[in-house]
Amino acid sequence: MIEGASWRRWVFFYVPLTSFIVMLLFPFYWMLVTTVRPDNELYRPWNAPNYTPFWTLHPTLEHVRDLLTETLFGTWMFNTMLISISATAISLFCGLLAGYALSRLRFPFAGSLGTMIFITYLVPQTLLFIPLADIIRNFKLGDSPWALILTYPTFLIPFVTWLMMGYFKSIPKELEECARIDGATRWKAMVYIIFPIAVPGILSAGIFAFTLSWNEFIYALVFLSSPEQKTVPVGVTSELVRGDVFYWGELMAGALLGSIPVAFVYSFFVEHYVASLTGSVKG
Amino acid sequence: MAQVVIRSLNKKFDEVHAVKDVNLDIRDKEFVVLVGPSGCGKTTTLRMVAGLESISSGRIMIDEKVINDLPPMDRDIAMVFQNYALYPHMSVYDNMAFGLKMRKFDRADITKRVQEAAEILGIQELLRRKPRQLSGGQRQRVALGRAIVRHPQVFLFDEPLSNLDAKLRVQMRVELKKLHDRLGTTAIYVTHDQVEAMTLGDRVVVMKDGFVQQVGEPLELYNEPANRFVAGFLGSPAMNFATVKVSQQDGSIWAANAGMQIKAPVRCADRLGGYVGKEVTLGIRPEDLHVASAADPQDLGFDVMVEVVERLGSEILLDVAVGGDMMVASVEPHIRANIHDRMRLALNPERLHFFDMSSEMAI
Repeated sequence: MIEGASWRRWVFFYVPLTSFIVMLLFPFYWMLVTTVRPDNELYRPWNAPNYTPFWTLHPTLEHVRDLLTETLFGTWMFNTMLISISATAISLFCGLLAGYALSRLRFPFAGSLGTMIFITYLVPQTLLFIPLADIIRNFKLGDSPWALILTYPTFLIPFVTWLMMGYFKSIPKELEECARIDGATRWKAMVYIIFPIAVPGILSAGIFAFTLSWNEFIYALVFLSSPEQKTVPVGVTSELVRGDVFYWGELMAGALLGSIPVAFVYSFFVEHYVASLTGSVKG
Repeated sequence: MAQVVIRSLNKKFDEVHAVKDVNLDIRDKEFVVLVGPSGCGKTTTLRMVAGLESISSGRIMIDEKVINDLPPMDRDIAMVFQNYALYPHMSVYDNMAFGLKMRKFDRADITKRVQEAAEILGIQELLRRKPRQLSGGQRQRVALGRAIVRHPQVFLFDEPLSNLDAKLRVQMRVELKKLHDRLGTTAIYVTHDQVEAMTLGDRVVVMKDGFVQQVGEPLELYNEPANRFVAGFLGSPAMNFATVKVSQQDGSIWAANAGMQIKAPVRCADRLGGYVGKEVTLGIRPEDLHVASAADPQDLGFDVMVEVVERLGSEILLDVAVGGDMMVASVEPHIRANIHDRMRLALNPERLHFFDMSSEMAI
């Protein structure tokens, strides 16, 4: 907290904080307002006398209804959920074990292996999708959820591995040594002692991985083509923009509904998540 | 019955030879303290006994069984760590029960043993708490409790008191001593604190640079240090050292430098005989110096100038200049001494130590 005169608190705390919050939340407000704005207001020119861009006096759920009934939005949500959860599960499993091994086990080239995994994370997706597209075609996985479930881990595993490596390193190794003297094998020490302590780290890695898969665009755009296979980000933008016609109401309703699961996951685990980013393990 | 025998033990990390040819015979029920400055290899030795470090060469035996390649869980040992290493997500009870659960003890037996250990340590009312709700001293007790519930053959302690404040440390030291007397389990205790070593150990092992310097009972090490390092490491304030030249006059051996001229007592004369004309290190403990009186023979005293006076209540520590050297003398509390006073100190001839200049071994 800022100490001293009250004007200092205003200038250095409240004003910056308020402007930050406004900037952060405005897009969401815009999404909401556009979703409930009737069509005749949406396409009203800016110089019309009754032009009210920031609010509407005739809110309607017509766009949400259209989105749910006229488009495949439900299917896209299901696809996205399936793909995100599966890809996150695979990545968490591999990343946890890899992170543990790289931070705790002494084996030749452990250091360089860690660096190599990190480097793969640095390869931009916009480059990686080209060779991946070839692989997807060869394995005949195109236009199926597997195309994404198996390719998302290419960037999620390095990410989770590095996050978990850092977290495991913050756990005193004596805890594990003590468990092993107490009669636990390395595996049991990992399962009963290290993993439970690492829950905040595992949760935040999971949330990040889930969010990254949920919002992923390029792979989903390239590897999926039929409307009923698409994910929310691709479905909404490709099916609700036809040529130069933007179905703004439905688009925004899709964006709004599409961000709900992520917002839900974040708010549910926020305490653990913050703990893992700010706190360390105290013995 | 559990004696621990260590034979020609070596540990090499990539470039560091941390433990060099250590041999130790630890008897059943004995409390052995490994002491030395940081980096002397004491913790590494302990960790090799625990099975947490691999052994580069040599053998460790518990009860005549070589345990070099046994995993830690099969060695029947318990270890208390410096940072306690309590499992933060488990209650005190579960912390203490974990080892028993892993070893598949039945539930009733676990409860009985945990209660028993909690009673010994006076932590019955803490059993439901989490480690973070405990004070440092309480955590220390829980860590001890976790070790004793298993009734292991050997206890290993890795500087268990160094995270406690000074007062609590003294208190826990006493309790550890009592606990050992009560349980009678063989214990190996690592510390860098020589007071802990002297007070706790049945025998003390002084280590430096990976080598064992001397093994013996605390007073044996204190009174008859094998070399200059042991002499200087044990005792607080530390032993005073001065370089003196040995000479022979009138049939006696004399040790002299710019500030003093001492006649070596007959007891030392034989051994110093071979050093006539050479320099040696003279060692004298602060408490073996006193303010000279008329009764003190002239040839056991020397003149000093007081530079610092530390009044501790039970004694006074005088930092004095002797020729070019500094010495500390511990004198009676009633002595009046001020900075820049000149006075004459006498030493106790029975308690003189001489060390070879090059090998630093006791003469």
